[in-house]
Amino acid sequence: MIEKFSTLRAVAVPLDRDSVDTDAILPARFLKTIKRTGLGKNLFHAWRYDEGGKEVPDFPFNMPPYRGGKILVTGENFGCGSSREHAVWALMDYGVRVVIAPSFGDIFANNGLKNGLLPVRLPSNAVRTLIDRLQGSPGSMITVDLPAQTVTGPDSAVHPFDIGSFPKECLLKGQDEIALTLQHEDDISWYERDRKNKTPWLFLDL
Amino acid sequence: MPTLIRKIWDRHVVTERPDGMCLLYIDRHLVHEVTSPQAFEALRLAGRKVRRPLSLLAVPDHNVPTTADRLERIEDPDSRKQIETLRENAREAGITLFDMDDIRQGIVHVTGPETGLILPGATAVCGDSHTSTLGAFGAVAFGIGTSEVEHALATQTLWQKRPREMRITVPGAMGFCVSAKDVILSIIATIGAGGGTGYAIEYAGEAVRRMSMEERMTVCNMTIEGGGRFGIVAPDETTFSYLSGRPAAPAAAQWESAVADWRTLYSDAGATFDREESIDASGIVPQVTWGTSPEDALPVTGVVPEPGERKDPGVRRRMERALRYMDLLPGTRLTDIPVDKVFIGSCTNARIEDLRLAANVARGRKVADGVTAMVVPGSGLVKRQAEAEGLDRIFLEAGFQWRLPGCSMCLGMNPDRLRPGERCASTSNRNYEGRQGPGGRTHLMSPMMAAAAAVTGKITDVREVLAG
Repeated sequence: MIEKFSTLRAVAVPLDRDSVDTDAILPARFLKTIKRTGLGKNLFHAWRYDEGGKEVPDFPFNMPPYRGGKILVTGENFGCGSSREHAVWALMDYGVRVVIAPSFGDIFANNGLKNGLLPVRLPSNAVRTLIDRLQGSPGSMITVDLPAQTVTGPDSAVHPFDIGSFPKECLLKGQDEIALTLQHEDDISWYERDRKNKTPWLFLDL
Repeated sequence: MPTLIRKIWDRHVVTERPDGMCLLYIDRHLVHEVTSPQAFEALRLAGRKVRRPLSLLAVPDHNVPTTADRLERIEDPDSRKQIETLRENAREAGITLFDMDDIRQGIVHVTGPETGLILPGATAVCGDSHTSTLGAFGAVAFGIGTSEVEHALATQTLWQKRPREMRITVPGAMGFCVSAKDVILSIIATIGAGGGTGYAIEYAGEAVRRMSMEERMTVCNMTIEGGGRFGIVAPDETTFSYLSGRPAAPAAAQWESAVADWRTLYSDAGATFDREESIDASGIVPQVTWGTSPEDALPVTGVVPEPGERKDPGVRRRMERALRYMDLLPGTRLTDIPVDKVFIGSCTNARIEDLRLAANVARGRKVADGVTAMVVPGSGLVKRQAEAEGLDRIFLEAGFQWRLPGCSMCLGMNPDRLRPGERCASTSNRNYEGRQGPGGRTHLMSPMMAAAAAVTGKITDVREVLAG
């Protein structure tokens, strides 16, 4: 289900790395659950904790000014790799609701939208500026306004962003997407009858 | 003049919104134990049913131990619980399950094609990024998250935006000891780990046309490592002969009509792509990765690169970090890097041809002292075939372990994983930090190259092993 999202003003955490993969966000050994909850404690496990399980002091999420930040600002290709939606669940369980990056792994961005974690694509230079500002004055706030499609940085600079009208509407309403699709039940049934005639081999039962 | 992807896509649009979002019909859906339990639970809570259970296949693969005692007990209670949950969900919904004691059990992307379930012109999804593998059959196949698994279970459809399309043409012939794995590693090194983001990628050209289905699956499998969600190859005689007689493929008169239809599935001569790339197969030599991204592939004859030579500060920082993690120094010859473990397996390289190629290197040789090497067939059927050909004997006599099918050491989720600091020559698909276990170091390569590393104890140019 999509958790509603409209506007958020919150502390932003800079993670100045490119290609942060979903194994880094949540290693595979933490996927052995049949629930969606409780994953936040293992978010970025290998970077957040040392081998003895103690917090690594200079990892941004462990630094007091950033602790509990709800907005993550990071490098390109964030969330590449595995399709594990657990990566999104872990971020949200920690409290993160927005990730700002120049680009995202496709599946990760999609998984975010289906849960209410907003992936915001901004140009590389805008992301660079945001990261520099956040590192310069740790604990600063960023405002993300989904209806207006803008990000307002700590320096009050406003950056517009793009998002499809369909995912935007779903996020604003907290839409149950399956319920929406089931309104097309007649279309789906009609499609099945039609294709069973044309390509029956795609309808063989396993 | 549509492309192959466009032809298949258009056939599957149930309805299209004005903003371009398509409600895409899903013909085949594969499920495994890790990404499906929350989807089934959500369906139950909402009082919804699986719409077409007999279009699905369920198979446990990520969690399953690869040792012979796995049917008696699975040590890890969480792994056991996920496998049991898959079993219960499949039974309750009436979905076919290839359970651990079934000869057909294996890695979902190996087992699905083996049954003949993935046909040209179909759409197929799975809660797993390596679903791109299935595009080798001329299917539109892509990985999805658990919310979309739930959506596909309930409605047999997904809302999808039309992808941008890229064609990667591979002219020329592959040289001695060069495999499909080397081709795809070179492609990723060329386009970058994010180069295919937003694109569906069609692979074409002489080298791809000459590839077997197993090789095409290896290429399509790692499409996601270049950021592309879909990889696809136009179906041809190679595809048809692979499918002919498989249990879930059409038979008799229906086979004839199906093949006639499949012959129309190709990109028309004048079709245009959003992007075109070309990589000559004859220029590719065996590849190996040095770093922590699949784009860090180099010819095995190369040296560990110097970050200082790169202009982009972001790239430089990533490379420096990767060198620290991998404990490597710039300028080191790749063939001077010793390995502790060798893993031959995964949805990228655990099919019968992969095992034949690796066995050809292992035959009459011995695993080097201090190296632990394991071969993990992609499915029970692959294992049986390999044993019928005597490949298991070759591996065992050389000192390799011969395991039961599963995802094994690809992802550090089951008992097969690296210990901190261990270095592995691996035929899998991801060399991320900690992918094969916390602190583990991964060098990606082909099955032949991994077998060569096993017998010499270091990264080795397999051409020298076989020529010598």
